[in-house]
Amino acid sequence: MSKPVLRVQDLAVNFTNQTGGIFRRRERVLRAVNGISFDLHESETLGIVGESGSGKSTLARAILGLIKPSRGRVMWRGDNLTEMEEEELRQKRKELQIVFQDPIASLNPRMTAGDIISEPLWTFYPHMARVQVEERARGMMKMVGLLPNQINRYPHEFSGGQCQRIGIARALVLNPRLVVCDEPVSALDVSIQAQIINLLKDLQKKLGLSLIFVAHDLSIVKHISDRVMVMYMGSAMELSTREALYRKPLHPYTSALMKSVPIPDPKLAAEARQSSWLTGDMPSPYDPPKGCVFHTRCPYKVKRCIADVPALRHMEDGNRVACHRAEELDLAI
Amino acid sequence: MALLDVRGLTVTFDTPEGELCAVDRLDFSMETGETLAIVGESGAGKSQLMMAIMGLLAENGSASGSAIFKGRDLMAMPPRELNRVRGAEIAMIFQDPMTSLNPYLTIEKQMTEVVQHHQGLRREQARAHAVEMLRAVRIPDPEERIRQYPHEYSGGMRQRVMIAMGLLCAPDLLIADEPSTALDVTVQAQITQLIGELGEKSNMSMILITHDLAAVAEIASRVIVMYAGEVVETGSVDDIFYRPGHPYTQGLLASVPRMDSSVDDALHAIPGNPPNLQELPDGCRFRDRCTRAVDACRNRPPVQRLEDGRSSRCVRDIDTGELLDLPTLAEPEPERTASPEPEAVE
Repeated sequence: MSKPVLRVQDLAVNFTNQTGGIFRRRERVLRAVNGISFDLHESETLGIVGESGSGKSTLARAILGLIKPSRGRVMWRGDNLTEMEEEELRQKRKELQIVFQDPIASLNPRMTAGDIISEPLWTFYPHMARVQVEERARGMMKMVGLLPNQINRYPHEFSGGQCQRIGIARALVLNPRLVVCDEPVSALDVSIQAQIINLLKDLQKKLGLSLIFVAHDLSIVKHISDRVMVMYMGSAMELSTREALYRKPLHPYTSALMKSVPIPDPKLAAEARQSSWLTGDMPSPYDPPKGCVFHTRCPYKVKRCIADVPALRHMEDGNRVACHRAEELDLAI
Repeated sequence: MALLDVRGLTVTFDTPEGELCAVDRLDFSMETGETLAIVGESGAGKSQLMMAIMGLLAENGSASGSAIFKGRDLMAMPPRELNRVRGAEIAMIFQDPMTSLNPYLTIEKQMTEVVQHHQGLRREQARAHAVEMLRAVRIPDPEERIRQYPHEYSGGMRQRVMIAMGLLCAPDLLIADEPSTALDVTVQAQITQLIGELGEKSNMSMILITHDLAAVAEIASRVIVMYAGEVVETGSVDDIFYRPGHPYTQGLLASVPRMDSSVDDALHAIPGNPPNLQELPDGCRFRDRCTRAVDACRNRPPVQRLEDGRSSRCVRDIDTGELLDLPTLAEPEPERTASPEPEAVE
């Protein structure tokens, strides 16, 4: 395998929150991302999956330098993004782009599709000729499956799926090498979701992009990821290749996430109901459980899980899991 | 007699761009004890349909048609009477449990208010009843937790409170509009199960409104599929999942990402985008996105109704997919006549 283009090392993000009114001010620390490490290779897609509050979006933003990490490093092709000056980092953003969740809210309603797509060009190449910019914008529209003659339309004249295509065109117009997609399809209708995923997959192949695809649902990333990282309360629970993860998850939480995906088949759904076991909600992030963060909801927990934090360790096949009991559990589907 | 019988329900909105028809001459009925799922994507009209029946349309909306509930027409009812039906006989659960609860009031206050108002219970009785309902939706330690405020509950727990509130007056009909959509996937599964079990145990009639076909597979008994303001297919849950007849239902089913498919399978997508309700195509509204459209789809498609309750709005046979011999079908429905232009005000 080639050398990794992105190396995330022990990345952590803490948010401090003041509570207690004026007279009893207290500071509470929320560990949104708690020491995440992984490598990403050229043209590789990593899916990051977790429920709300798992830290997946915070992680995605910290990688791009949109949130300042409290600890750790982000190495992009040998450069340490976390230590870069503002201006240097801004220049690097040509290579690192993001697609946001809500396609309509992330587009300026007062700008036309053409303006939105070409804005990054104006920002980074202010002397580029107008005709050239427009030609590039039209080319991008065509590439993402929009009609170039809609270049002067406003976001409200497009449907949700089309708006997300505009968002993708904007992210790709600078020829980035890494695109972070933060839940790019969760706000879209089912019949449109697949269009956008297939589009991203095609573009990734065509342009040789590295992709980080954030989602709250394992079924969505299944078709696009080479590897998948499952997060829970700021920590990585499992990091496995797609084939391994969907055949035999290593972590009980991965298995629980899989079982909670609804099955569009009444008989299979009724059977699945019998075998699902995950109860309760995620604990408060201000007061995470000691030991394994998942132990309060895990049916396989033993004494050790309450006392020791499991490290994300390598298994024989190279997949990684943060569970003390990974070897003895058989969670095969 | 049907519990709820809706005929010719039309919902229109006055918008700055002109009149918009969100629900177009909808007919359906449901029996007591049935769990009816109304499935459709955004803009299908599924939520507005229910809002119209409950008299909760936005100010620029208007509805016509009839909705006979236990022999009385909800659409023709004076507001005061409709208010008595809402909450006592028909309860609604909304999508977002975060915004449906009043953050300033304890759960106890919000729950007891309902029964005190509708059933005239005294405070202590009302409280005992509310605790019992919280226990029914499996909120641990309900005597303690009823004293708490909404922010002390997690999202899943708040939705359980909403369900408990819906059940307080033992309604004949529970309408749940996307009850699990705003929740995390692992909690979604719990809420779906809870609703399913409550339906089974109490024999309560339910209408589940959802965009996610897969979410209703295990709990619905009958399914109505809507597209762009119209019903395109109805059938039992098995019919819809194992023998879908309408190309839209087939496409929708195929585009659900599944855990049990091979990792190498390509994801199926329905091409195109849902139509703009202001510029609906003539004839079949799904025509532009349908891979099996033919010339005949330019006319308004007929509705095939089978004796077992299945129906499909398509020129293709619901079972074989073959083109129907159209002239032998009953008269096509007349096109909806536009409401007369309001007279200009000087």
